[in-house]
Amino acid sequence: MSAVIHLDAVHKTYHTGEVEVHAVCGVSLNIERGEFVAIMGASGSGKSTLMNIIACLDRATGGRYLFDGADVSMLDRNQLADIRNEKIGFVFQSFNLLSRTNALENVELPMLYTHRRVPSEQIRERALQALDTVGLADRAGHHPSQLSGGQQQRVAIARALVNKPSLLLADEPTGNLDSRTSVEVMGLLQRLNEQGITIVMVTHELDIAAYTKRNVVMRDGQIVHDDPVANCLNAETELRRRKQADQTVKLAP
Amino acid sequence: MNFLVETSYWLLRILSIIRVALRALRRNKLRSVLTALGIIIGVGAVITMVGVGQGAKNQVEAQIASLGRNVVLVFSGNFSSRGVNSGWLSAGTLSVPDVEAIRLEISDVVGVSPEVRRSFQVAAGNQNWFTSIVGSSASYFEIRQWELINGAGFTDQDVRGATKVCVIGKTVAEQLFGEEDPVGHIVRISNVPFIILGVLAPKGLSIMGTDQDDVIIMPYTSAMKRLMGGTMLRTVLVQTDSFEDLNTVREQINDLLRQRHRIAEGKDDDFTVRTQEEIAQMATATSRIMSLLLAAIAAVSLIVGGIGIMNIMLVSVTERTREIGIRMAVGARSRDILLQFLVEAVTLSSLGGLIGIGLGLGTAELLSKVAGWPTLVPMTAVVVSFVFSAAIGIFFGFYPARKAARLDPIEALRFE
Repeated sequence: MSAVIHLDAVHKTYHTGEVEVHAVCGVSLNIERGEFVAIMGASGSGKSTLMNIIACLDRATGGRYLFDGADVSMLDRNQLADIRNEKIGFVFQSFNLLSRTNALENVELPMLYTHRRVPSEQIRERALQALDTVGLADRAGHHPSQLSGGQQQRVAIARALVNKPSLLLADEPTGNLDSRTSVEVMGLLQRLNEQGITIVMVTHELDIAAYTKRNVVMRDGQIVHDDPVANCLNAETELRRRKQADQTVKLAP
Repeated sequence: MNFLVETSYWLLRILSIIRVALRALRRNKLRSVLTALGIIIGVGAVITMVGVGQGAKNQVEAQIASLGRNVVLVFSGNFSSRGVNSGWLSAGTLSVPDVEAIRLEISDVVGVSPEVRRSFQVAAGNQNWFTSIVGSSASYFEIRQWELINGAGFTDQDVRGATKVCVIGKTVAEQLFGEEDPVGHIVRISNVPFIILGVLAPKGLSIMGTDQDDVIIMPYTSAMKRLMGGTMLRTVLVQTDSFEDLNTVREQINDLLRQRHRIAEGKDDDFTVRTQEEIAQMATATSRIMSLLLAAIAAVSLIVGGIGIMNIMLVSVTERTREIGIRMAVGARSRDILLQFLVEAVTLSSLGGLIGIGLGLGTAELLSKVAGWPTLVPMTAVVVSFVFSAAIGIFFGFYPARKAARLDPIEALRFE
């Protein structure tokens, strides 16, 4: 079985005026099916650029990128759009929901652009299912402004899942959330990973990365560490522990 | 079957895009209305203009038709001669033998009638009236497609004998006899008594706006000998076999009369031949110029409206850059984005078109009610202006839509 993501000496160079910026210089990386990887690094380390390349939002200027065994470096805009639509779910730091449409319609959005034709009653059904997966079925009619940050991020995750992608990408999914909601979202991602979805996320928080199974650390556009996580945290256990701590505080006179 | 599924799928898809577009337009109601205003005014102007133009044209056509069928008119004098214009009705250059010659020598002519005309004071019983007396031959009624509602017309016999008989128009009948049946009564014209043989069916207003029913028609011989004096004619009506013959007959009359009047090569005619068609064209020439002018104004208004739409769509694309980025990130192709904005522009312009059509129909209706202008808006004008307004949306919406479709997803997502 081939790797979901196979990066082979990938480069990305920006030309901004006179200066050439090497955001990613020669990254080689293999991510197998079912992995849960955190890409870490300081800002400017090239992790977001790498993420955009993996997400088929951007194209590498050098090297080779095999997605699911197929070379995507040569694909045109529309073919990349199709891959984003059918094979990749993307979760943003700032949620990026359409503010004037409700949760359900936001989740339906990717299905409006699929090639596999989805009948309209199935669109609704599948969107509701996805919302149910993230535990927000009862919030389907709410607009993003009526939802909390954590709920908005869960809607975004539902949107990413609705086309049943083989890969879920998340760019600092907990960056705009408080620590408790962050753990909740990580718990959700862990559950999805257990169901077999490959997840790659970018984060710069060490404690968040501890919920994943493998940490890749980048600096100056190159991978400097690539280790499996020794003591993988379980979000549910962590949540239970916190609840107990809260109760203890409450019980204390 | 497969085809049906395919079609219904695309229909649903387009419908859902239209729904999104409507929602986007509803979000900025005032802005949408203001943007569509150019189209609304343009289309409204077009519909009103076409309505007024068509109404006027119909009226003129009805009047031309009241002139008769397949008619060539010969006037004495030259309408277009340079130098002294003798006034085309003042010089009588046509003679009765000219009329005979036309009747005998030109094929495809089915009827010929001179027309002499002068106004007289007429009286019957204790009523009197000032009306125009027309002298003609018996075929005049056939040429002008003028029927009698009562009694009979005069005959060729009456023409030969210059008998003192006449038929009267509806207006004259009402003025002199009121409700009474005038047939068999006597009308005194310039103290000469004439027997009324019949009453003509009403014809309404002429192109010149005069009442065609305010008339007494009698044999031209009677009119010339007993009332007007003189031997020369001012107008001759010729009826041809068919519409196609009009122009050849016109040419033939021209040649015949030049020959009979001994007009040398290069000299101007002393008569004028016009077909019914030409008279219609002269009558509608002004309204055509008016229509062209209004069409130009409407076109300018529609173009300005289109530019307004383009402008607002460009603003909209910029405003919604992030939305475009999100849509692209979840897999919208360039074509999807293009379609979305194009549909939005077309929706905007065609809604403007619809409102404009309503406005135009209303204005036309109002004009005919208040100002009494006859207006008629043809269905084709409605359809064409709707299609045109949609086309404006496509034309002016394309550039902004393409701009949106060409955005880079990452740049668009980063846009604040």
